[in-house]
Amino acid sequence: MPVKEILGRQIEFDEDGHLKNLNDWNEEIAKELAKEEGIPELTERHWLVINYMRQEYQKVGDAPSIRKLTKESGVDTKELYQLFPKGPAKKAARIAGLPKPKGCI
Amino acid sequence: MRKLVILGAGTAGTMMLNKLYNALDLNEWHITIVDKDETHYYQPGFLFIPFEIYSRRDVIKPKRDFFPSGVEVIMSEIDRIEPDKNRVILSNNRVLSYDYLIIATGVRVDPTEIEGMKDKLWYKNVFDFYTIDGACALRNFFKHWEGGKLVIHITEMPIKCPVAPLEFAFLADWYFTERGIRDKVDIYYVSPLSGAFTKPRASAILGDFLEKKNIKLVTDFNIARVDNDEKKIISWDEIEVPFDVLVTIPTNKGDEAIARSGMGDVLNFVPTDKHTLMAEGFNNIFVIGDATNLPSSKAGSVAHFQSDILFENFLDVIDGRKPTAKFDGHANCFIESGFGKGILIDFNYDTEPLPGKYPLPAIGPFSLLEETKMNHYGKIMFRWMYWNFLLKGVELPIESQMSMAGKRL
Repeated sequence: MPVKEILGRQIEFDEDGHLKNLNDWNEEIAKELAKEEGIPELTERHWLVINYMRQEYQKVGDAPSIRKLTKESGVDTKELYQLFPKGPAKKAARIAGLPKPKGCI
Repeated sequence: MRKLVILGAGTAGTMMLNKLYNALDLNEWHITIVDKDETHYYQPGFLFIPFEIYSRRDVIKPKRDFFPSGVEVIMSEIDRIEPDKNRVILSNNRVLSYDYLIIATGVRVDPTEIEGMKDKLWYKNVFDFYTIDGACALRNFFKHWEGGKLVIHITEMPIKCPVAPLEFAFLADWYFTERGIRDKVDIYYVSPLSGAFTKPRASAILGDFLEKKNIKLVTDFNIARVDNDEKKIISWDEIEVPFDVLVTIPTNKGDEAIARSGMGDVLNFVPTDKHTLMAEGFNNIFVIGDATNLPSSKAGSVAHFQSDILFENFLDVIDGRKPTAKFDGHANCFIESGFGKGILIDFNYDTEPLPGKYPLPAIGPFSLLEETKMNHYGKIMFRWMYWNFLLKGVELPIESQMSMAGKRL
């Protein structure tokens, strides 16, 4: 498993490049992961999505799909792609410290 | 009399009906099956219709050919299930009460989910091949087409038979080569996934096939709309892919009756226990096939493997015992790769497709993750097995649980 140093801590990642341990996550780590994803600053709207994803994950054990996100987080699809360009479900999950969504089979 | 109601007489519902009919005492059980359509479609055959390998009559039979006598058959739409009252309301307001319910209502494509998809180019330059009408319209279009940009496109996951769009790409390459116009046809494969397929090793191998066949892969494309005037698809992040003909897999959704019953997730799939196949929160409702929300492929082979598990668990539950059989997510898919060859993949919840031999270790006759003529014959032979064995609930000589024997890590 790849280990990377972030903010002076040794953080383990899984093979998809997502955090291996949920407990390693905090808001500072999220900001660093966001930078890696090309998002220089996390706004209030970003946090809305990130916090929603973490709640959902704790409830159902999987990160939500884009469809579920747009239906329930209060952020529409267009804005979601502006906030997290390319793959919002995957990117937001990574920044939120969650594994890659299982959603796709 | 105890009452069993099965909703849906597609592949999964028909298999369950026949298996349980043979096992239950009809002096004690009243079995009812409900479906809105008299015709059974061999859906794996739709793929072949645009390329004139199969015609409409190769893929249809009357559903009644597969119903045993002594079973009540109702041809009707379902309005809703009332699970707390143990009853189903049909669209003509007839009420069916049940002791046990099996939901096998499947999945359908819904092109109206995307702006501009079902618009003025629908069945003129924009097609699906997941319906018999779409497949036939596309055949008529291809027959006289002289070439241009062919875009094969997946709207969003999950979809029924996730390998079918790839097979379509491979068969298109073959078909236009045989027609002598392959050099005039640009084939694009546009997917919301990050690779050719969902599972990493198979994705790499299938991606190589696309490249070898000169099919261009566009990944991470999440469609926002179809522009009918400029003939292009546009993603949420404003990437554009122009087309002369768009073959799309529209959003796949479970039956609207599931939504009306308040039993579905955002796509109308029924939350189902991934091992026992019981509807979550109910002890007398089972779910099988494409109607479930399980993280397994939506495919006939999966429904078949599930039917063995559901059968055992059903017999346990009606005797007041706990369900003990566990579904492992087993899927087995023949992938047509064109020019009379095929690839086979075999996997489950935990094990991705691996190379090797199937079903007999080291012998085969089928080769996993490799392109062979024998794999293609397997697929062609399967239609006969489907009509004559599978739907009738006759045992097939393959295990419902995935086996590691014969696979190479």
